[in-house]
Amino acid sequence: MLAQRKPGFWNRIYLVEVIRGLSITMKNFLFHKKVTLQFPEQRRDYSTKFRGQHYIKSVNGVENCTACMLCPTVCPAECIHIVAGEREDKEKYPVKFEIDSLRCCFCGMCEEACPKDAIKLSNIYEMSQQNRTVYEKDFLLEQRGNK
Amino acid sequence: MTSLEVTLMFVKIGIVLLGLLVTVPIMLFVERRGSALIQNRLGPNRMGPFGLFQAACDVIKFIFKEDRAPGHVNKFYYTIAPWIAVIPAFMTFAVIPFAGSLTIDGTETHFQIANLDVGVLYCFSVASLGVYGIIMAGWSSNNKYSLLGALRSSAQMISYELTLGLSIIGLMMVFQSVKLGDIAAAQGETLMQLGPVSIPKWGVFIQPVGFILFLVSMFAETNRLPFDLPEGESELIAGYHLEYGSMRFALFMMAEFVNMAVASGLITTLFFGGWQLLPGFATLVHLIQGMGLLQNDGLVLVLFQGMSFVIKLAFWMWFFVWVRWTLPRFRFDQLMNFGWKVLFPLGLINIFVTGILIYKGVL
Repeated sequence: MLAQRKPGFWNRIYLVEVIRGLSITMKNFLFHKKVTLQFPEQRRDYSTKFRGQHYIKSVNGVENCTACMLCPTVCPAECIHIVAGEREDKEKYPVKFEIDSLRCCFCGMCEEACPKDAIKLSNIYEMSQQNRTVYEKDFLLEQRGNK
Repeated sequence: MTSLEVTLMFVKIGIVLLGLLVTVPIMLFVERRGSALIQNRLGPNRMGPFGLFQAACDVIKFIFKEDRAPGHVNKFYYTIAPWIAVIPAFMTFAVIPFAGSLTIDGTETHFQIANLDVGVLYCFSVASLGVYGIIMAGWSSNNKYSLLGALRSSAQMISYELTLGLSIIGLMMVFQSVKLGDIAAAQGETLMQLGPVSIPKWGVFIQPVGFILFLVSMFAETNRLPFDLPEGESELIAGYHLEYGSMRFALFMMAEFVNMAVASGLITTLFFGGWQLLPGFATLVHLIQGMGLLQNDGLVLVLFQGMSFVIKLAFWMWFFVWVRWTLPRFRFDQLMNFGWKVLFPLGLINIFVTGILIYKGVL
């Protein structure tokens, strides 16, 4: 419902309201806490659930991944490319594990699908790069932002 | 003219010109930092202490940018338009007195570049030339947004010049002069004595309605918010200076800030006692004169008068910024209604009432 409120006399004269507005801005100018975050020195704390840069969890220098291909299957952006191989002891492992970071939409479905708790999304959010980056296996195996 | 007078004239011109040129980067800084703090941000704070050198960086950036004109403009008018906007802005300050008078070797000088007989009228006539720069810029840019901005600007300036003129007629009637020097000098008298506090005969106490009208129409004349329709970003992108870049754009910015300085100077001179000492400064002057540091007692007084003028001017400059980040922009029809149906009749009534009061001998 449209409520018709007639502005009062002092409202229509503007001046009093203008002075009130000026006092509000002056209060903000002098006393209000400034919300700016001075970026390189101060950093914002994100939730632990934040989905940032990927990594593959490894135990004793051996990756958890068994190249079961669940993550490239579930990936909606089709950004994970795995070439599976076999170790000496007949255990399956990824020979190549690449994530096209520009295609990735950080939905976290690979993390959910993974049965071995191998592929994970860390809290790192500063991922700007000067070229079209594909994360290689060596890069992903560095345990940065380990949860 | 003796050589002393010529030297003094050059000194005065130098003071005003340098002062105005320095005002521009300072206002750039105040505008950015002030707006940030009002909006609970921090603003530019990386260059130098409190980000003070940011203004210098801006200026250097403007100077070294490529000065490029789009192909579809009218080159001649496009080139001269920024200058036509800037030069009248500087010219106007010539009649504004920034300190009292000083006697050196028997020659008395008034701290005012030209004490013209037409005074305020000169201010208004020269200030209205500034609109030509804006119209030329808008038309020669060959762009519909620029043209609309220029049209709005001319309509707005012409409408509000009327109120501007009317608002100070009452003041002229009271002080019986249009010379700004005389008006500033006359405001040193005491209007009334309230116990220990003496209220000076400042224009704002004699003509409160005239002051409000003058202030509002000055906001419209300088194209500042809430009346910055010529450059309304939301509908016209940037208005008349849309096609300008680098130093040419900076000249329009400069014109705006210098116009602000002139408007503040006029408000100070007409309504806030001009170079008359601020309360408390008189005691300071006596103290320093008593110490006898300077040979010429008048020099101390003039310095403090200049300081008072600059402080008042700075307050009004800040007021322009303060209002800009408080009030939203008017719609164009609201602006015209406000100018013609509210301010114009109020100006006439003000003159009428002032006339009656002067006839009755109250003022």
